Formats: sequence, C-alpha cells, structure tokens
Amino acid sequence: MARRDFSASRIPGFATVAILVFCALYAPIVILVAYSFNVGDSIAIWEGFSFRWYPIAWNNEQVREVTMRSLTVATIAALIATTVATLAALGTTRRRKTRGQTFIYLMINQPLMVPEIVTAVALLIFFASIKVATGYQGLAYLIAAHTAFCIPFAYLPIRARLEGMDTTLETAAADLYATHWQTFRFVTLPLLMPGIIAGLMLAFVTSLDDVVITLFVKSAGQDTLPTYMLAKIRRSVSAEVNAISTLLLLLTVVLLTAFFLLTRKRE
Amino acid sequence: MPADAVIEARAARKVFRTGQQTVVALNDVSIAIRKGEFFTLLGPSGCGKTTLLRLIAGFETPSSGQILLNGNDITDAPPNLRPVNTVFQSYALFPHLTVRQNVGFGLQMQGVAASEITDKVKRALSLVRLEDLADRKPQQLSGGQQQRVALARALAPSPEVLLLDEPLSALDLKLRKEMQSELKRLQHELGITFIFVTHDQEEALTMSDRIGVMSKGSLLQIGAPREIYNHPVNRFVADFIGETNLIPAEVRNAKATIVRNVSIPVDPASPEGAHTLAVRPEHVRIVPVSGDVPLTAKVGESVYFGTDSHIQLLLADGTEIIARHQNEATGGEVPPPGTEVGVAFAPGAVQVLED
Ligand SMILES: Nc1ncnc2c1ncn2[C@@H]1O[C@H](COP(=O)(O)OP(=O)(O)OP(=O)(O)O)[C@@H](O)[C@H]1O
Ligand SMILES: [Mg+2]
Repeated sequence: MARRDFSASRIPGFATVAILVFCALYAPIVILVAYSFNVGDSIAIWEGFSFRWYPIAWNNEQVREVTMRSLTVATIAALIATTVATLAALGTTRRRKTRGQTFIYLMINQPLMVPEIVTAVALLIFFASIKVATGYQGLAYLIAAHTAFCIPFAYLPIRARLEGMDTTLETAAADLYATHWQTFRFVTLPLLMPGIIAGLMLAFVTSLDDVVITLFVKSAGQDTLPTYMLAKIRRSVSAEVNAISTLLLLLTVVLLTAFFLLTRKRE
Repeated sequence: MPADAVIEARAARKVFRTGQQTVVALNDVSIAIRKGEFFTLLGPSGCGKTTLLRLIAGFETPSSGQILLNGNDITDAPPNLRPVNTVFQSYALFPHLTVRQNVGFGLQMQGVAASEITDKVKRALSLVRLEDLADRKPQQLSGGQQQRVALARALAPSPEVLLLDEPLSALDLKLRKEMQSELKRLQHELGITFIFVTHDQEEALTMSDRIGVMSKGSLLQIGAPREIYNHPVNRFVADFIGETNLIPAEVRNAKATIVRNVSIPVDPASPEGAHTLAVRPEHVRIVPVSGDVPLTAKVGESVYFGTDSHIQLLLADGTEIIARHQNEATGGEVPPPGTEVGVAFAPGAVQVLED
C-alpha cells in the first residue's frame, strides 16, 4: 500500500486546477513578451521575429519622458514610504504591547483595505483644495499620493522581519554597553536590512505600476508610464506597448533576482 | 550591608501581570554576593532564577526593593551603564558579525581605542582558546564553540560581575564537564565574580563557592555546597540537593521516635514536635540484627549503579529508606530481598527539618 499521509496532490482535480491557474498567470505574459518581438503592427497576428519595437519605443521622446517621471516618483515615494514604514514597524514591534495594537495595524494598512478608487477620489478633492490655495501644480502631489499607498507594502515585510528577530540580541547589545541608538545602528538595522530592501522594492514596484490613483491625482502633462500606456492603447493598439511592458517586466525580474541574491548572501 | 558585597539585592520583588493573572516571580529576595566568589543560583524551572539575573543585569526593574552594586543603588540604571555582563542561555551571538567583532562589541560600544580593542579581543579569544576561529561567523561554529564565544564576548570588557544563565544546558555531557572546569579555571584566573544559574544540583555542588537554593520566587537557603548538602534547612532543600531519605518522626528531648518504640539521638538544638528527618543514603548502614541495634528493616529491591547499589529498606511501619552500598572490587554482597537486617545511621547524619 502506498503512503497514506495527507498530500494535496491526491485531492481530485488538484493537478488540473493547478495547471489552469498557472496558465492564467503566465500565458498572457508569455504572449505579451512574444508579440513585443513581432515584425508587424498587430498584437494579434504573428508576422515574424524582430527587435524593431525596442528602438522605436526608446526613440520616442514621450516614452522617455514618462519613464523618467515614473522612475522619479517611484524612487522618491519608495524611499519615503520605506523610512516611514521602518519607523512604524519599530513602533509596533519594539515597545510594550498595548490594547490598541490591532487598531494601529489597521490604521497603517488602511490603503490595502480601502478601495483604491475611494482613496483616489479623496486625494483628488484634498489636493484640489491645496492647489487652489497655493497655486502649486508640481510633481509633489503625485509623490505624496504614491508615498501614502506604498507605506503598507513597505511595512509588511519589515514588520515580519522584526517580529521574526530574536530580541535577545538587542538585550545582549544593551548588556554590552550599547545605547538605544547604538543597539539600533549596530544590531537591529543590519539584521533588518533584508526586510527593508524587500519593503523598498515592493513599494517601488507598487508605485511604478499604479494607474488609478495616478490618473486622479496627476496634473495635465504629468503622465507616468502606466497612464501613458493606457492612453496610447486607447488610441491605437501598437506592439510598442508590448516592448515597454516587456522592459518593465525585465526590470522587476532583475530587482527580484538582486534581492534574492542579496538576502541569500547575508544568511 | 556586608563589607565585601559586590552585588546586593534588598527585598527584591518582581510581579508579572499577564491579563488577569499576576505571577510573583520573586518574593522579596535579599542576598549579598561577595566580591570574587562563584555564586550559584539553584532551583527548579520557573522558580525565578532568570528573573533575579535580569534584575541584576538591568533588563528588568523590580516591582519593589533595591539592587546595589558596591553599595550604590543601581535599581533604575539601564543595562548599558552597569559593569555587569551576561552569558545568555541561547548565547545571543550577533549573526551578522564575525567572532572577532562579536567579542569586540562591548569594547567598541564603550568607545575604547581600536588598537586596545584588538589587544583585548585577542586576549579574550585566547582565554577561551578560539584564536583560530576569529574570522568565522557564529553560524559556522559548533554549539560548544559558540558557547565559548559568548563567554569571551562577556569577559572582554572586564566586567565586575559575570552573569551566566544556564550556559551549559545546551551542551552534551562530555562538553559540559569540560566547560565546567574551563569556567572554574577562568573564574580563578580572572578573579571576576560569577553568578551562575543552573537547575542541575551536581553542577552547583561541584562548581560553587556558595549556593543559593530557590523555590517559587524565594531564596530558601544560602551556603557553601557542603553546608547545604549536610545541613539543609527544610524538606525542599534536602530533597532537591542530592538524594535523601525523608522519615516522619516525633522529636522530644534530643531523641527522634521513628517507628513505635524506636528512637535515635539527634542534635539537642533540633526543634521539637512532629518533624521530618533527613538522612542521606550514604549515611544509612546495613548491619547484622542484634540487641544493640533498635531499628530493623526488611530488604526490598536493589538497583545496581556500577560503583554502588541502592538498596531499598522497609521499616516496620512501611516507611521506605534507601541505603547506598559500595560495590567493592571483591564483590561486597548485597543482602537478598526479604532479609531482615539492622539499620544504623552514621553519627551526626540525621538532620531534623523545620518543615
Ligand atoms: N515576562 C514575563 N511575563 C510574565 N511572567 C513571567 C515573565 N518572565 C517570567 N515570568 C514568570 O516568572 C516565573 C519565574 O520565571 P523565571 O524565568 O525567572 O524562572 P527560572 O527559574 O529562570 O526558570 P527556568 O529554569 O525554566 O529558566 C515563572 O513562573 C514565569 O512564568
Ligand atoms: Mg531561566
């Protein structure tokens, strides 16, 4: 008789469902990447292999402009969000547990639970009044909005790392004459680094592909890469968008690989 | 206060509140630890040993009472301002630092000059014989080696007092014995006061200058190993330290009546009334039945331990006594079960317990 231990693979239909889910996850991406190498204009009819869409995308002045804007917003928003999230995570894991703990978690993770469209509308109204009062129209609104919804994405991995950390190490540091600041600087922070980097990358990627909130908050001429692609695709379907998407995908893969290698080396 | 006390606890009390429950982890403990001594806190799990160490190290503040260092009140001083270092049970080595950096951590935090750190780290590593592994990370070391790094790290800043919370409990028996003598050697060489926590009574007896026996948050007895072993103050201490026979008796006029009409002489200073007698198994003698020996017993099971055997003896009223019998090379024979034998106690071996 075979092993009788529980194994998910023995549930009827398990393999079928697994394969379907994988197809749903990856088939569209595979097709997107494949058509970025299509010779023709179509994103539905394969006409032969070519790299031509990449130089076309790269030489498009507008693509460059929106890419730079996206990267600027994502970098600044991710950095601020990660800093805030690190402090929030320290505040929620490195002090005495209080009654309102769960409430605080909910408050920090608010952007994950409130529908994005609600946040978008709220920000639109809020920023509109500031715009009227100050006359400032710049990129700061977009950065502020991105920072806000990136915080929970940065917060989650950092908090997970802090909670998994042995607090005896911090006690040991204090025992060895470290002040609070030295304990943080020489023990907590280095051990927290993989969590911070993960948080930073999650925040960066989340900001990079945001559409809804950006659409509501941006001023005229402040398209980011995703809103630009959306506008372009509305006008005419072009394999240029596939090429840009493929490059974005590549960036994500590179970031993830870098993170993986980085954390593995530390262990 | 005692003039030579380096650490003193005065009525130190610690109460933990978890939800509705309150736990009295330390119940007004007073103790004075002498400069340069090897002091052991001994007691069963949960009796408050770690809590007392944490109060001394400054990781916890007492609910009431005081902690003094060289006569100065340090009750509210944070751990980084106390010249007291800890060897943690889990070692708590910094995983992102090398052995060398771990050992130098305390000195670095104190702002000691780099060249001096190098020298002191080198000396600390040679004390624990780990010079060759200085550039490894803690994960690349065996348990015993990690233990020695933890020791070197705590010793490097030359603390006045070293706290060791069951530092040997994770090691196997052989390594444990090795580290026991290593610790004794270090303590002797450095002259630092060691406060050592264990729940292993043998470890406590062999290593300590003095032992404090704890139970349920209270210190029951403080004394040299010999004193604690030979003159336990109560039933708990007698039972916890070594093996002991506890015999109910009626004490009057320096005589303890055990079984009906059989009484044995005890210390005249002993308390009177219904008490428990404590006698160590090695002080119980099996002798031939004769008129000189009032106490008789029936031999029960015996258990062989190599160098000696433990023989069960049943008194007339059913009280069970264990006698330790040396197994001589010639094969000193153990009386067979059922034999009627006489029982005698070594002079001064019978202790009347307060409770
Ligand atoms: N932070 C805490 N919160 C609540 N109760 C605690 C806390 N720390 C210790 N206690 C309780 O205090 C009592 C004494 O604990 P302590 O850790 O000092 O025991 P111990 O003698 O070191 O035991 P062991 O030999 O198992 O390490 C225990 O009942 C424990 O449950
Ligand atoms: Mg303990």
